[in-house]
Amino acid sequence: MVEVRVPAPLRAATEGARVVQGEGGTVGELLADLTRRYPGIKPSLFDTSGGLRQFVNVYVNDEDIRYLGRLEAPLGPGDTVSILPAVAGG
Amino acid sequence: MARVYVPTSWRRFTGGCARVEHDAPDVRQLLAWLIAEYPALGGEIFDPNGNLHRFVNVYVNDHGLDDLYGLETPLEREDEVAVIPAMAGGATRSRFTPEQAVRYSRHIILPEIGGVGQRKLLNAKVVLIGAGGLGSPAALYLAAAGVGTMGVVDFDTVDLSNLHRQILHGHANIGRPKVDSAHDRLADVNPDVKVVAHTEALTSENANEILGQYDIIVNGCDNFATRYLVNDAAYLLGKPLVDGSIFRFEGQATVFMPGKGCYRCLFPAPPPPGAVPSCAEAGVLGALPGMIGIIQATETVKLILDLGEPLVNRLLLYDALAMEFREVKIRRDPECPLCGDNPTIKELIDYEAFCGAPMAATGG
Repeated sequence: MVEVRVPAPLRAATEGARVVQGEGGTVGELLADLTRRYPGIKPSLFDTSGGLRQFVNVYVNDEDIRYLGRLEAPLGPGDTVSILPAVAGG
Repeated sequence: MARVYVPTSWRRFTGGCARVEHDAPDVRQLLAWLIAEYPALGGEIFDPNGNLHRFVNVYVNDHGLDDLYGLETPLEREDEVAVIPAMAGGATRSRFTPEQAVRYSRHIILPEIGGVGQRKLLNAKVVLIGAGGLGSPAALYLAAAGVGTMGVVDFDTVDLSNLHRQILHGHANIGRPKVDSAHDRLADVNPDVKVVAHTEALTSENANEILGQYDIIVNGCDNFATRYLVNDAAYLLGKPLVDGSIFRFEGQATVFMPGKGCYRCLFPAPPPPGAVPSCAEAGVLGALPGMIGIIQATETVKLILDLGEPLVNRLLLYDALAMEFREVKIRRDPECPLCGDNPTIKELIDYEAFCGAPMAATGG
Protein backbone atom coordinates (compact mmCIF):
# COMPACT_ATOMS: atom_id res chain seq x y z
CA MET A 1 0.00 0.00 0.00
CA VAL A 2 1.17 3.46 -0.86
CA GLU A 3 -0.06 6.63 0.78
CA VAL A 4 -1.38 9.22 -1.67
CA ARG A 5 -1.75 12.90 -0.77
CA VAL A 6 -4.75 14.40 -2.49
CA PRO A 7 -4.75 18.17 -3.09
CA ALA A 8 -7.74 20.32 -2.28
CA PRO A 9 -9.00 20.71 -5.86
CA LEU A 10 -9.27 16.91 -6.25
CA ARG A 11 -10.88 16.10 -2.92
CA ALA A 12 -14.41 16.35 -4.24
CA ALA A 13 -13.56 13.08 -6.02
CA THR A 14 -12.21 11.38 -2.87
CA GLU A 15 -15.14 12.22 -0.61
CA GLY A 16 -13.05 14.92 0.99
CA ALA A 17 -10.15 12.66 1.97
CA ARG A 18 -6.69 14.36 2.12
CA VAL A 19 -4.90 11.02 2.19
CA VAL A 20 -5.96 7.79 0.51
CA GLN A 21 -4.24 4.42 0.18
CA GLY A 22 -3.52 2.84 -3.16
CA GLU A 23 -1.92 -0.25 -4.72
CA GLY A 24 0.69 -0.48 -7.42
CA GLY A 25 4.30 -1.32 -8.21
CA THR A 26 4.61 1.76 -10.39
CA VAL A 27 3.06 5.21 -10.41
CA GLY A 28 1.02 4.22 -13.49
CA GLU A 29 -0.43 1.19 -11.69
CA LEU A 30 -1.17 3.27 -8.61
CA LEU A 31 -2.98 5.97 -10.60
CA ALA A 32 -4.94 3.28 -12.46
CA ASP A 33 -5.99 1.85 -9.09
CA LEU A 34 -6.99 5.30 -7.86
CA THR A 35 -8.98 6.25 -10.92
CA ARG A 36 -10.82 2.92 -10.70
CA ARG A 37 -11.86 3.64 -7.13
CA TYR A 38 -12.27 7.42 -7.51
CA PRO A 39 -13.34 7.93 -11.13
CA GLY A 40 -13.83 11.66 -10.55
CA ILE A 41 -10.09 12.34 -10.40
CA LYS A 42 -9.36 10.93 -13.84
CA PRO A 43 -10.13 14.09 -15.87
CA SER A 44 -7.95 16.12 -13.52
CA LEU A 45 -4.95 13.80 -13.94
CA PHE A 46 -5.13 12.63 -17.55
CA ASP A 47 -5.95 14.30 -20.83
CA THR A 48 -8.25 12.65 -23.37
CA SER A 49 -5.35 10.79 -24.98
CA GLY A 50 -4.36 9.27 -21.63
CA GLY A 51 -1.28 11.40 -20.97
CA LEU A 52 -0.64 13.03 -17.62
CA ARG A 53 -1.71 16.65 -17.64
CA GLN A 54 1.08 19.23 -17.70
CA PHE A 55 -0.37 21.36 -14.92
CA VAL A 56 -0.61 18.50 -12.44
CA ASN A 57 2.62 17.15 -11.00
CA VAL A 58 3.03 13.80 -9.30
CA TYR A 59 5.81 13.24 -6.80
CA VAL A 60 7.18 10.08 -5.22
CA ASN A 61 8.28 11.37 -1.85
CA ASP A 62 9.90 14.68 -2.83
CA GLU A 63 10.88 13.86 -6.42
CA ASP A 64 8.89 14.73 -9.56
CA ILE A 65 8.04 11.54 -11.50
CA ARG A 66 9.27 13.26 -14.69
CA TYR A 67 12.74 12.49 -13.33
CA LEU A 68 11.89 8.96 -12.16
CA GLY A 69 10.51 7.46 -15.38
CA ARG A 70 7.09 9.13 -15.33
CA LEU A 71 4.32 6.52 -15.11
CA GLU A 72 6.99 3.79 -14.95
CA ALA A 73 8.42 5.28 -11.75
CA PRO A 74 8.73 2.39 -9.30
CA LEU A 75 6.99 2.42 -5.94
CA GLY A 76 8.03 0.65 -2.78
CA PRO A 77 6.59 0.16 0.68
CA GLY A 78 6.53 3.36 2.67
CA ASP A 79 6.62 5.65 -0.35
CA THR A 80 4.31 8.65 -0.34
CA VAL A 81 2.88 9.88 -3.59
CA SER A 82 1.73 13.50 -3.83
CA ILE A 83 -0.51 14.94 -6.50
CA LEU A 84 0.08 18.65 -6.94
CA PRO A 85 -1.84 20.85 -9.33
CA ALA A 86 -0.80 24.37 -10.23
CA VAL A 87 -2.81 26.96 -8.32
CA ALA A 88 -2.85 30.63 -9.18
CA GLY A 89 -4.51 32.40 -6.27
CA GLY A 90 -2.78 35.39 -4.79
CA MET B 1 34.62 41.44 37.40
CA ALA B 2 32.01 42.32 34.82
CA ARG B 3 33.38 42.34 31.31
CA VAL B 4 32.42 45.11 28.90
CA TYR B 5 32.38 44.37 25.22
CA VAL B 6 33.48 47.34 23.10
CA PRO B 7 32.27 47.37 19.47
CA THR B 8 34.78 47.86 16.69
CA SER B 9 33.80 51.42 15.92
CA TRP B 10 34.59 52.52 19.51
CA ARG B 11 37.87 50.72 20.00
CA ARG B 12 39.78 53.79 18.90
CA PHE B 13 38.62 55.25 22.26
CA THR B 14 39.82 52.24 24.25
CA GLY B 15 43.27 51.87 22.76
CA GLY B 16 42.02 49.02 20.58
CA CYS B 17 40.68 46.96 23.48
CA ALA B 18 37.66 44.81 22.59
CA ARG B 19 37.00 43.95 26.23
CA VAL B 20 37.62 45.81 29.45
CA GLU B 21 36.90 44.54 32.95
CA HIS B 22 35.77 46.28 36.09
CA ASP B 23 33.97 45.49 39.32
CA ALA B 24 30.76 47.50 39.62
CA PRO B 25 27.50 46.80 41.45
CA ASP B 26 25.25 47.86 38.58
CA VAL B 27 25.25 49.00 34.96
CA ARG B 28 25.10 52.72 35.78
CA GLN B 29 28.25 52.55 37.87
CA LEU B 30 29.99 50.35 35.37
CA LEU B 31 29.32 52.85 32.59
CA ALA B 32 30.37 55.73 34.86
CA TRP B 33 33.68 53.97 35.38
CA LEU B 34 33.98 53.29 31.66
CA ILE B 35 33.62 56.93 30.62
CA ALA B 36 35.91 58.06 33.46
CA GLU B 37 38.51 55.63 32.13
CA TYR B 38 37.90 56.49 28.46
CA PRO B 39 36.47 60.03 28.45
CA ALA B 40 35.98 60.16 24.68
CA LEU B 41 33.34 57.43 25.05
CA GLY B 42 31.20 59.69 27.24
CA GLY B 43 29.64 61.63 24.39
CA GLU B 44 29.12 58.45 22.42
CA ILE B 45 27.12 56.71 25.13
CA PHE B 46 25.31 59.53 26.94
CA ASP B 47 23.50 62.60 25.69
CA PRO B 48 24.18 66.03 27.29
CA ASN B 49 21.47 65.34 29.88
CA GLY B 50 23.25 62.23 31.06
CA ASN B 51 20.75 59.81 29.51
CA LEU B 52 21.75 56.91 27.30
CA HIS B 53 21.61 57.91 23.65
CA ARG B 54 18.52 56.43 22.05
CA PHE B 55 20.65 54.73 19.43
CA VAL B 56 22.87 53.03 21.98
CA ASN B 57 21.76 49.63 23.21
CA VAL B 58 23.18 48.03 26.32
CA TYR B 59 22.95 44.32 26.91
CA VAL B 60 23.73 42.23 29.97
CA ASN B 61 24.40 38.64 28.93
CA ASP B 62 22.52 39.30 25.69
CA HIS B 63 19.45 40.74 27.42
CA GLY B 64 18.58 44.34 26.61
CA LEU B 65 18.37 46.78 29.53
CA ASP B 66 14.71 47.40 28.65
CA ASP B 67 14.00 43.81 29.63
CA LEU B 68 16.05 44.07 32.83
CA TYR B 69 16.20 46.92 35.35
CA GLY B 70 17.55 49.63 33.09
CA LEU B 71 20.72 51.31 34.30
CA GLU B 72 20.01 49.95 37.78
CA THR B 73 20.42 46.37 36.56
CA PRO B 74 22.68 44.72 39.14
CA LEU B 75 25.86 43.07 37.97
CA GLU B 76 27.56 39.97 39.19
CA ARG B 77 31.00 38.66 38.52
CA GLU B 78 31.32 37.07 35.10
CA ASP B 79 28.46 39.14 33.69
CA GLU B 80 29.08 40.24 30.13
CA VAL B 81 27.97 43.76 29.26
CA ALA B 82 27.81 44.92 25.65
CA VAL B 83 27.40 48.57 24.69
CA ILE B 84 26.33 48.68 21.04
CA PRO B 85 25.74 51.80 18.98
CA ALA B 86 23.03 51.05 16.44
CA MET B 87 25.29 52.08 13.60
CA ALA B 88 27.94 49.52 14.48
CA GLY B 89 28.88 47.61 11.37
CA GLY B 90 28.41 50.54 9.04
CA ALA B 91 31.40 51.77 7.15
CA THR B 92 30.85 55.31 8.36
CA ARG B 93 29.11 56.26 11.55
CA SER B 94 26.85 58.93 10.10
CA ARG B 95 25.03 56.79 7.55
CA PHE B 96 21.89 56.24 9.61
CA THR B 97 19.83 59.03 11.04
CA PRO B 98 19.23 58.69 14.78
CA GLU B 99 15.66 57.66 13.99
CA GLN B 100 16.84 54.96 11.57
CA ALA B 101 19.34 53.72 14.12
CA VAL B 102 16.46 53.15 16.53
CA ARG B 103 13.95 51.92 13.95
CA TYR B 104 16.33 49.24 12.67
CA SER B 105 18.17 48.60 15.93
CA ARG B 106 16.81 45.06 16.31
CA HIS B 107 18.09 44.24 12.84
CA ILE B 108 21.39 46.01 13.29
CA ILE B 109 22.31 44.17 16.46
CA LEU B 110 21.91 40.85 14.66
CA PRO B 111 25.46 39.95 13.63
CA GLU B 112 24.05 38.47 10.39
CA ILE B 113 22.57 41.83 9.38
CA GLY B 114 24.39 44.66 11.14
CA GLY B 115 24.64 48.15 9.75
CA VAL B 116 25.98 46.90 6.44
CA GLY B 117 22.99 44.60 5.93
CA GLN B 118 20.51 47.25 6.91
CA ARG B 119 22.10 49.57 4.37
CA LYS B 120 21.62 46.84 1.73
CA LEU B 121 17.92 46.68 2.61
CA LEU B 122 17.60 50.45 2.34
CA ASN B 123 19.29 50.37 -1.06
CA ALA B 124 17.21 47.43 -2.35
CA LYS B 125 14.50 47.75 -4.97
CA VAL B 126 11.71 45.19 -4.84
CA VAL B 127 8.57 45.03 -6.95
CA LEU B 128 5.36 43.34 -5.84
CA ILE B 129 3.06 41.97 -8.50
CA GLY B 130 -0.33 42.41 -6.90
CA ALA B 131 -1.32 44.23 -3.72
CA GLY B 132 -3.74 41.51 -2.71
CA GLY B 133 -3.66 38.54 -0.36
CA LEU B 134 0.03 37.70 -0.83
CA GLY B 135 1.22 41.19 -1.66
CA SER B 136 -0.28 42.68 1.49
CA PRO B 137 1.71 40.85 4.16
CA ALA B 138 4.81 40.74 1.97
CA ALA B 139 4.67 44.50 1.40
CA LEU B 140 4.06 45.30 5.06
CA TYR B 141 7.05 43.29 6.28
CA LEU B 142 9.35 44.47 3.51
CA ALA B 143 8.45 48.09 4.21
CA ALA B 144 8.90 47.59 7.94
CA ALA B 145 12.29 45.99 7.25
CA GLY B 146 13.37 49.13 5.44
CA VAL B 147 13.44 47.92 1.83
CA GLY B 148 14.11 51.33 0.37
CA THR B 149 12.24 51.20 -2.93
CA MET B 150 9.09 49.17 -3.37
CA GLY B 151 7.14 49.04 -6.60
CA VAL B 152 3.52 47.93 -6.41
CA VAL B 153 1.79 46.77 -9.59
CA ASP B 154 -1.99 46.47 -9.43
CA PHE B 155 -4.77 48.00 -11.48
CA ASP B 156 -7.59 46.90 -9.19
CA THR B 157 -9.53 48.86 -6.59
CA VAL B 158 -10.16 47.82 -3.00
CA ASP B 159 -13.35 45.79 -2.60
CA LEU B 160 -15.09 44.96 0.66
CA SER B 161 -14.65 41.25 -0.10
CA ASN B 162 -10.83 41.75 -0.16
CA LEU B 163 -10.59 42.89 3.44
CA HIS B 164 -10.75 39.49 5.15
CA ARG B 165 -7.24 38.78 3.87
CA GLN B 166 -5.71 41.81 2.13
CA ILE B 167 -4.36 43.49 5.24
CA LEU B 168 -2.72 46.39 3.43
CA HIS B 169 -6.14 47.88 2.89
CA GLY B 170 -8.71 49.18 5.34
CA HIS B 171 -12.40 49.88 5.30
CA ALA B 172 -11.84 53.56 4.55
CA ASN B 173 -10.08 52.61 1.31
CA ILE B 174 -12.91 50.67 -0.30
CA GLY B 175 -13.19 51.84 -3.89
CA ARG B 176 -9.70 53.38 -4.00
CA PRO B 177 -6.97 52.00 -6.25
CA LYS B 178 -5.07 49.34 -4.32
CA VAL B 179 -1.74 50.96 -5.17
CA ASP B 180 -2.89 54.24 -3.58
CA SER B 181 -4.12 52.47 -0.48
CA ALA B 182 -0.84 50.51 -0.38
CA HIS B 183 1.19 53.69 -0.79
CA ASP B 184 -0.46 55.38 2.18
CA ARG B 185 -0.27 52.34 4.44
CA LEU B 186 3.39 51.60 3.65
CA ALA B 187 4.37 55.25 4.07
CA ASP B 188 2.81 55.12 7.52
CA VAL B 189 4.61 51.88 8.40
CA ASN B 190 7.95 53.32 7.34
CA PRO B 191 8.53 56.80 5.91
CA ASP B 192 11.99 55.67 4.72
CA VAL B 193 10.38 53.59 1.97
CA LYS B 194 9.84 55.06 -1.46
CA VAL B 195 6.67 53.42 -2.80
CA VAL B 196 6.34 53.47 -6.59
CA ALA B 197 2.76 52.96 -7.75
CA HIS B 198 2.17 51.17 -11.04
CA THR B 199 -1.59 51.49 -11.50
CA GLU B 200 -1.84 49.27 -14.52
CA ALA B 201 -2.08 45.66 -15.53
CA LEU B 202 1.23 43.97 -16.18
CA THR B 203 1.39 43.09 -19.87
CA SER B 204 3.90 41.81 -22.39
CA GLU B 205 4.28 45.41 -23.52
CA ASN B 206 5.14 47.00 -20.16
CA ALA B 207 6.61 44.11 -18.13
CA ASN B 208 10.26 44.61 -19.11
CA GLU B 209 10.10 48.33 -18.51
CA ILE B 210 8.41 48.01 -15.10
CA LEU B 211 10.21 44.94 -13.75
CA GLY B 212 13.55 46.05 -15.13
CA GLN B 213 13.68 48.88 -12.58
CA TYR B 214 13.90 46.47 -9.64
CA ASP B 215 16.32 43.92 -8.17
CA ILE B 216 13.83 41.28 -7.01
CA ILE B 217 10.29 40.39 -8.12
CA VAL B 218 7.73 39.18 -5.60
CA ASN B 219 4.81 37.45 -7.27
CA GLY B 220 1.39 37.73 -5.66
CA CYS B 221 -0.77 37.74 -8.77
CA ASP B 222 -3.98 35.82 -9.05
CA ASN B 223 -4.11 34.29 -12.53
CA PHE B 224 -2.10 31.90 -14.68
CA ALA B 225 -1.55 34.28 -17.60
CA THR B 226 0.23 36.80 -15.36
CA ARG B 227 2.18 34.00 -13.63
CA TYR B 228 3.67 32.85 -16.94
CA LEU B 229 4.29 36.46 -17.98
CA VAL B 230 6.09 37.31 -14.72
CA ASN B 231 8.08 34.07 -14.91
CA ASP B 232 9.25 34.69 -18.45
CA ALA B 233 10.03 38.37 -17.82
CA ALA B 234 11.98 37.57 -14.63
CA TYR B 235 14.08 34.95 -16.42
CA LEU B 236 14.70 37.09 -19.50
CA LEU B 237 15.68 40.05 -17.28
CA GLY B 238 17.85 37.82 -15.09
CA LYS B 239 16.02 38.73 -11.87
CA PRO B 240 15.17 36.45 -8.94
CA LEU B 241 11.45 35.67 -8.68
CA VAL B 242 10.01 35.04 -5.22
CA ASP B 243 6.86 33.10 -6.03
CA GLY B 244 3.79 32.23 -4.02
CA SER B 245 0.29 30.99 -4.76
CA ILE B 246 -2.71 29.93 -2.73
CA PHE B 247 -5.88 27.90 -3.00
CA ARG B 248 -8.53 27.51 -0.28
CA PHE B 249 -6.45 26.18 2.66
CA GLU B 250 -3.18 25.40 0.87
CA GLY B 251 -0.25 27.42 -0.38
CA GLN B 252 2.92 27.01 -2.39
CA ALA B 253 6.10 29.09 -2.25
CA THR B 254 9.46 28.96 -3.96
CA VAL B 255 12.26 31.14 -5.31
CA PHE B 256 13.20 30.93 -8.97
CA MET B 257 16.79 31.97 -9.64
CA PRO B 258 17.53 32.51 -13.31
CA GLY B 259 19.21 29.40 -14.69
CA LYS B 260 18.15 27.14 -11.82
CA GLY B 261 14.68 26.30 -13.03
CA CYS B 262 11.56 28.36 -13.56
CA TYR B 263 7.78 28.20 -13.28
CA ARG B 264 7.63 26.49 -16.67
CA CYS B 265 9.98 23.78 -15.39
CA LEU B 266 7.58 23.24 -12.50
CA PHE B 267 4.34 23.48 -14.47
CA PRO B 268 4.99 23.31 -18.24
CA ALA B 269 1.49 24.38 -19.21
CA PRO B 270 -1.42 26.14 -17.56
CA PRO B 271 -4.72 24.42 -16.90
CA PRO B 272 -7.48 25.09 -19.38
CA PRO B 273 -9.66 28.08 -18.49
CA GLY B 274 -12.13 27.23 -15.76
CA ALA B 275 -10.36 24.02 -14.68
CA VAL B 276 -9.00 25.62 -11.50
CA PRO B 277 -11.42 27.95 -9.75
CA SER B 278 -10.30 31.38 -8.55
CA CYS B 279 -10.43 32.61 -4.94
CA ALA B 280 -13.68 34.36 -5.79
CA GLU B 281 -15.16 31.10 -6.97
CA ALA B 282 -13.57 28.67 -4.53
CA GLY B 283 -13.06 30.75 -1.39
CA VAL B 284 -9.84 31.14 0.57
CA LEU B 285 -8.95 31.11 4.26
CA GLY B 286 -8.16 34.72 5.17
CA ALA B 287 -4.97 33.95 7.08
CA LEU B 288 -3.62 31.61 4.37
CA PRO B 289 -1.99 34.28 2.19
CA GLY B 290 -0.51 35.76 5.38
CA MET B 291 1.62 32.65 5.87
CA ILE B 292 2.74 32.43 2.26
CA GLY B 293 3.25 36.19 1.83
CA ILE B 294 5.45 36.33 4.91
CA ILE B 295 7.51 33.43 3.59
CA GLN B 296 7.94 35.49 0.41
CA ALA B 297 8.98 38.53 2.45
CA THR B 298 11.46 36.40 4.41
CA GLU B 299 12.99 34.95 1.26
CA THR B 300 13.24 38.42 -0.28
CA VAL B 301 15.12 39.77 2.74
CA LYS B 302 17.42 36.73 2.67
CA LEU B 303 18.19 37.32 -1.01
CA ILE B 304 18.95 41.00 -0.40
CA LEU B 305 21.26 40.09 2.47
CA ASP B 306 22.66 36.94 0.84
CA LEU B 307 21.74 35.17 4.05
CA GLY B 308 20.97 31.55 4.82
CA GLU B 309 19.63 28.95 2.43
CA PRO B 310 17.24 30.39 -0.14
CA LEU B 311 14.09 28.48 -1.10
CA VAL B 312 15.62 27.65 -4.48
CA ASN B 313 14.94 24.31 -6.22
CA ARG B 314 12.47 23.56 -3.47
CA LEU B 315 8.71 24.04 -3.54
CA LEU B 316 7.39 24.60 -0.05
CA LEU B 317 3.87 23.28 0.43
CA TYR B 318 1.73 24.54 3.27
CA ASP B 319 -1.50 22.89 4.36
CA ALA B 320 -3.33 25.05 6.89
CA LEU B 321 -5.87 22.39 7.86
CA ALA B 322 -3.21 19.82 8.67
CA MET B 323 -0.89 22.63 9.84
CA GLU B 324 1.83 20.93 7.90
CA PHE B 325 4.77 22.10 5.81
CA ARG B 326 6.36 19.84 3.21
CA GLU B 327 8.87 20.29 0.41
CA VAL B 328 9.26 18.80 -3.02
CA LYS B 329 12.16 19.31 -5.41
CA ILE B 330 12.14 21.61 -8.39
CA ARG B 331 14.68 20.92 -11.13
CA ARG B 332 15.65 22.93 -14.15
CA ASP B 333 14.10 21.05 -17.06
CA PRO B 334 16.56 20.74 -19.96
CA GLU B 335 13.49 20.64 -22.23
CA CYS B 336 12.06 23.88 -20.82
CA PRO B 337 11.12 26.21 -23.69
CA LEU B 338 12.32 29.21 -21.64
CA CYS B 339 15.37 28.18 -19.59
CA GLY B 340 16.17 24.77 -21.08
CA ASP B 341 19.07 23.79 -23.30
CA ASN B 342 17.34 24.80 -26.56
CA PRO B 343 14.99 27.62 -25.65
CA THR B 344 12.26 28.67 -28.05
CA ILE B 345 10.86 31.53 -25.96
CA LYS B 346 13.27 34.44 -26.31
CA GLU B 347 10.89 37.30 -25.77
CA LEU B 348 7.55 37.84 -24.09
CA ILE B 349 4.59 36.22 -25.83
CA ASP B 350 0.82 36.62 -25.84
CA TYR B 351 -0.06 35.10 -22.46
CA GLU B 352 -3.81 35.45 -22.78
CA ALA B 353 -3.61 33.32 -25.90
CA PHE B 354 -1.17 30.90 -24.19
CA CYS B 355 -3.54 30.45 -21.24
CA GLY B 356 -6.77 30.90 -23.14
CA ALA B 357 -7.82 33.28 -20.40
CA PRO B 358 -7.62 36.98 -19.70
CA MET B 359 -5.25 38.50 -17.17
CA ALA B 360 -7.97 39.41 -14.77
CA ALA B 361 -7.24 41.20 -11.54
CA THR B 362 -3.56 41.27 -10.66
CA GLY B 363 -3.69 40.67 -6.94
CA GLY B 364 -6.76 38.77 -5.95
